Amino acid sequence: MLKIRIIPCLDVKDGRVVKGVRFEGLRDAGDPVEAAKVYDAAGADELCFLDITASREARGTLLDIVSRTAEACFMPLTVGGGVRTVEDVRALLLAGADKVAINTAAVKDPDLVARAAEKFGAQCIVVAIDAKRVAPPGAPAAWEIFTHGGRDPTGIDAVAFARLVAGKGAGELLVTSMDKDGTRSGYDLALTRAISDAVTVPVIASGGVGGLDDLVAGVAEGGASAVLAASIFHFGQASVAEAKAHMAAAGLAMRLDGPASSARAPL
Amino acid sequence: MSAETVAIIDYGSGNLHSAAKAFERAARESGCDARIRLTSEPEVVASADRVVLPGVGAYADCRRGLDAVPGMVEAMTHAAHGAGRPFLGICVGMQLLASRGLEYTTTPGLGWIPGDVGPIRPSDPALKVPHMGWNTLRAERDHALLAGIPTGEDGSHAYFVHSYALTAERPDDVVARAEYGGPVTALVARDNIAGTQFHPEKSQRLGLALIANFLNWRP
Repeated sequence: MLKIRIIPCLDVKDGRVVKGVRFEGLRDAGDPVEAAKVYDAAGADELCFLDITASREARGTLLDIVSRTAEACFMPLTVGGGVRTVEDVRALLLAGADKVAINTAAVKDPDLVARAAEKFGAQCIVVAIDAKRVAPPGAPAAWEIFTHGGRDPTGIDAVAFARLVAGKGAGELLVTSMDKDGTRSGYDLALTRAISDAVTVPVIASGGVGGLDDLVAGVAEGGASAVLAASIFHFGQASVAEAKAHMAAAGLAMRLDGPASSARAPL
Repeated sequence: MSAETVAIIDYGSGNLHSAAKAFERAARESGCDARIRLTSEPEVVASADRVVLPGVGAYADCRRGLDAVPGMVEAMTHAAHGAGRPFLGICVGMQLLASRGLEYTTTPGLGWIPGDVGPIRPSDPALKVPHMGWNTLRAERDHALLAGIPTGEDGSHAYFVHSYALTAERPDDVVARAEYGGPVTALVARDNIAGTQFHPEKSQRLGLALIANFLNWRP
């Protein structure tokens, strides 16, 4: 049986791990490669690097981090942030990313998703959707796509956009609520559910995890195939193993056969 | 006895450093004296003691990449069929062992494990495609590559990420399946040729164990 994935996410800026609260007030949580090794050993199901470096010149730093992580960690790695072209996708895959997340560029040009999927396969193309609630009180829930770290509205309906890019060949959608991100008050479950119900590809719930019950809700109520979280793991509030045990106790199918890294030989 | 050479074929299908490092670590941890070589040279493949054909991306694209290296398919064929060397295909590398791929267009495969690679269609419409993540294996028969690896619902997990799967013409070519709204071919083998749909180099503990088994396999 396929298991629900737990994905720690490392926000990376200028080669260092940061975690923003509503994308402001960044805190330094260390070397991304070292953090990746810790999560590999802890039994994380995948890792995600989101690069929030502003300048294109610093791209080499990210590629170096990806490359060093891929050589040290035998687990799947998704990398996103600043991906604008098929060549950007190729560079990250060649550096060792297993999947590449496209965000703003997919909003500007949804056909980029199709071109990348045809070239590299849908399985490695993730579209990252940042959305905010826009419906007035009393109206049915609706969400709008925002780009540039949640600053710029686009007027595009998030659920319609999810359908569009899934049709273009996205193999997975990373759905982040910009209302919830950094609030530690739980995922926007209605958003996660609306998109999960609208597409046939897996959805990763993201933005707002404050406790382990939020991870359970992301799957049970949001319909997500995977749950992404950052600060609860980065700052030691919960371990990946505790999160898995909690989710398994809630009746979700989790991979509990433990970490790879140990002093002894495999198995 | 001198170290065995393990050739991992590099034909531009993606980053192989992670795969090479996984093979190096599995060799080290299982006490196997193996020299892991990433190579795009047919001569190295033809004379290697063991050959690994990785592959990520679209089927037709991988086939084109393989054909773009002059002499590579011949070298692989020599190693696998002429010299009888242990041969392992991974993900699309495993799918290339089939007769043909049906992703986007119909593309001829190597035909070593007869069958077609077609879209996954889970019986439960709630199941998402791609089949992405960690799944257990159901062993259909014993095989050296599964030695010591717990299978079944409570067994170890392998990492899958694919939308297409191999349906083998000969049922006994299938060593293990995963369950995903119906059986999904996970591990195939015939004589000295084997292939995994999942990624052993991404499968942490199970992956390193399977790679170690491959390095010690005497078919």
